[in-house]
Amino acid sequence: MHTLHLKTYLLIGMMIITGPVGNLLLAKSTKQVGEIKVWPLSELVGAFVRIFSSFTIWAGISCLIAFIIAYMLALSIADYSFVQPAAALGYAVIGVLGVLVLHEKVTLLHWAGIVVICLGVSFIRNTHPRTTETPD
Amino acid sequence: MTLEYVLFILIIVVGTAGELCLGRAMRETGELERLRLSDAFSLLGRALRLKWIWIGVAMMATAFFSLVTLLSFEDVSFVVPVTALSYLVGAVGGIFFLGERVSWQRWLGIGLVCIGVTMVVISR
Repeated sequence: MHTLHLKTYLLIGMMIITGPVGNLLLAKSTKQVGEIKVWPLSELVGAFVRIFSSFTIWAGISCLIAFIIAYMLALSIADYSFVQPAAALGYAVIGVLGVLVLHEKVTLLHWAGIVVICLGVSFIRNTHPRTTETPD
Repeated sequence: MTLEYVLFILIIVVGTAGELCLGRAMRETGELERLRLSDAFSLLGRALRLKWIWIGVAMMATAFFSLVTLLSFEDVSFVVPVTALSYLVGAVGGIFFLGERVSWQRWLGIGLVCIGVTMVVISR
């Protein structure tokens, strides 16, 4: 396989694992805090202090930093309009994680959506990852 | 209600624009030659000296805090379907801001991804 393709796929692979896991952890930590009031300012500051003192959010943030690094490296190689939709494969990862790790029930519509995403990504995969020139 | 619309626009438009700025910066740094940590870090080091990175990070941070705020009082199932629009915004931005050529096959793929993401999210 062409190295450009291989590098792009590996980095997208890293994105679709770290992104969803990071978002799940983040959602969990914000739900623990409850509703955030934007005003008065002391309420907002207090909510952020509560959120950022939990372990879960830091685990989530670490995953998202790994995600953004993989994203940046992928963008140095491939088009934005290639990498961004391909990263939607993360929804398939969420579905599989939900079943295997969290023992959640994943609905038929959810699986159908995953199939449609995979179909879409397979069309994107047929296009060349990079359509612009590298500047010198 | 108005606050929600403002937050949605911040999440979709400003968030995607921020990512496009990252794309612009990474175009300037040149391609990652080998998948090695040393190569990756030197590339990221070069990227951090470019203005596009900081413009992008500022926009993405704005989108991130908007998302955290919106998620605190709205259901995820209501918030995330709308974010599927960011794939369309991203493709348009890729064409006009980064000069990418989006073929009909890629458009088809992006359209299917939008539909699939929406299906996944409303299924919850």
